[in-house]
Amino acid sequence: MQSSYIETAERLTPQARPAFYWTIADALVLAKRHLIQIPRIPEELIFATIQPVMFVLLFRYVFGGAIAVSGTTYVNYLMAGIFGQTVIFGSTSTGIGLAFDLQKGLVDRFRSLPMAKSAVLTGRTISDIVRNTVVILVMWIVGVLVGFRPEGSVLAWIAAIGLLLFTSFAFSWIAATIALSVRTVEAAQSAGFIWLFPLTFASSAFVPTSSMPDWLRAFAEHQPVTLVINAVRGLLLNQPDASTIWQSLAWCAGLLVIFIPLAVWVYSRRISR
Amino acid sequence: MSNKPAILAEGLHKHFGKTHALAGLDLVAEEGTVLGVLGPNGAGKTTAVRILTTLLKPDAGYAEVAGLDVVKQADLLRARIGLAGQYAAVDDNLTGYENLKMFGQLYHLSSARARQRANELLERFDLAEAGRRVVKTYSGGMRRRLDLAASLIMAPPVLFLDEPTTGLDPRGRLAMWDVISSLVSDGTTVLLTTQYLEEADQLAHQIAVVDRGRVIANGTADELKTQVGGERLELTIVPGGDLNAALQAVQVYSSGEIQISAEHRHLSVPVTQGAQHLAAIVRDLDAAHVRLDDLALRRPTLDDVFLTLTGHAATDEEASPEEVTISKSLVRSA
Repeated sequence: MQSSYIETAERLTPQARPAFYWTIADALVLAKRHLIQIPRIPEELIFATIQPVMFVLLFRYVFGGAIAVSGTTYVNYLMAGIFGQTVIFGSTSTGIGLAFDLQKGLVDRFRSLPMAKSAVLTGRTISDIVRNTVVILVMWIVGVLVGFRPEGSVLAWIAAIGLLLFTSFAFSWIAATIALSVRTVEAAQSAGFIWLFPLTFASSAFVPTSSMPDWLRAFAEHQPVTLVINAVRGLLLNQPDASTIWQSLAWCAGLLVIFIPLAVWVYSRRISR
Repeated sequence: MSNKPAILAEGLHKHFGKTHALAGLDLVAEEGTVLGVLGPNGAGKTTAVRILTTLLKPDAGYAEVAGLDVVKQADLLRARIGLAGQYAAVDDNLTGYENLKMFGQLYHLSSARARQRANELLERFDLAEAGRRVVKTYSGGMRRRLDLAASLIMAPPVLFLDEPTTGLDPRGRLAMWDVISSLVSDGTTVLLTTQYLEEADQLAHQIAVVDRGRVIANGTADELKTQVGGERLELTIVPGGDLNAALQAVQVYSSGEIQISAEHRHLSVPVTQGAQHLAAIVRDLDAAHVRLDDLALRRPTLDDVFLTLTGHAATDEEASPEEVTISKSLVRSA
């Protein structure tokens, strides 16, 4: 018995690789964990798409007729807003998933393993990028069905999708920070959502900011959601605007610089109790 | 084998706000043994496990596991320990196999080795078939076995089991006990926390009774029981029998005050080395024509130990009332 046990132990030597290698490899192992679950819980992806589909239908057919936009059709204007809102709302799932792992004790197990600590957070944000890509593509198709006709080059469209994914990545870290700061999954869910409503509606997502009162307009025109949506809109409608693109990239980079360390800090505080 | 204990904790302190979760906890477990850490909810068992498994840093004190400092050598230590039970977990939406493979990779085994190890462990824990199903469909016992399997991926020399059978049905509990025993016979050192006194009695070589963040008693189950008081001979005579005759017959064997309950026709006699005298006692009772309904030599249970040491019961109403009813009904049917 004893000898077979030792034999087993010798076979189980961990591979020696530099720490940086494991930072990435461990994150990918965890990203894969989340990705293989997507087809197993189809309702999650379905609900993640139903809400933006309803927004498309609501604004395209109910409110759209009353909203004047210049230079293009309303549905062409609308879709950039829908994409932006979808990926930003989608980022809350990062926080909810984390809150679940904490509650179920999975995070404790991960921490008792000799793996890269950051992987618990990065693994999830990486898999959420993949998930968001799927949702964007679905919304693209829905958009085309209701009359969305993007203009310009495929390259510009890919750049738009890239910017959207970068934005969702940045917002995922905010969602993670929030989820790690509250006690329960339910709180992570509502606290993660609530502040996104003013941010997405007081933006250029559904209506031009020029229609807003001055005080609101001042806010709406300078907040990141508007900048991202304007940049995406420009790229999809063959009117790329370098200034909004750079400003939105800067916003997202700034959010990452603040929220990655903040999330890691809250994470290490949260788990030390 | 080796003279260094596999688990050593000295004077561990941990505060959470105003709560003093650990107030100078000392533990020792020799290599290849099971240390049972016994105590009620909130006694500090889980905090101790979390410190020894590197999940928490102690405020003060020193601890080493498998010869490694739990604070300074935490990274090295994580590859040499396993943690399962209350606070470890598996992913419900993955299959058993996927869970084990993932944890193997996170232990930094190559994916070929991780796959091989996953299959080995599924086989060993009787989950080979269930391994292809998502964990959501598992029974409580299967889930715990998978959880335990995950903690054994690296065949760790030291294993921490935090209330491994809490919430399991009796069959699941027995199966878990078997698994733990076989691990120990393979040479693993186990630290086991439990609220079930019976569990510590069954599995542990040494027991540390913890209350309010410190160890209040230490020893083997037998030593603890002796510490609380020796055995008692409990006898009940038939209705209408002569209780005085019985009393006279057993008096010479008594080592203290005999409790008499005429109403229940019952005598409770403190004895020393009762087993050796049991045959003689029965002969004497027979000679005195005392007819018995029931005769038992009872050693104190760990429940008695806990009650004596702390002045309060280990748990509010653990299994014991149930056991009492069972033994009564057995007596009745016999």
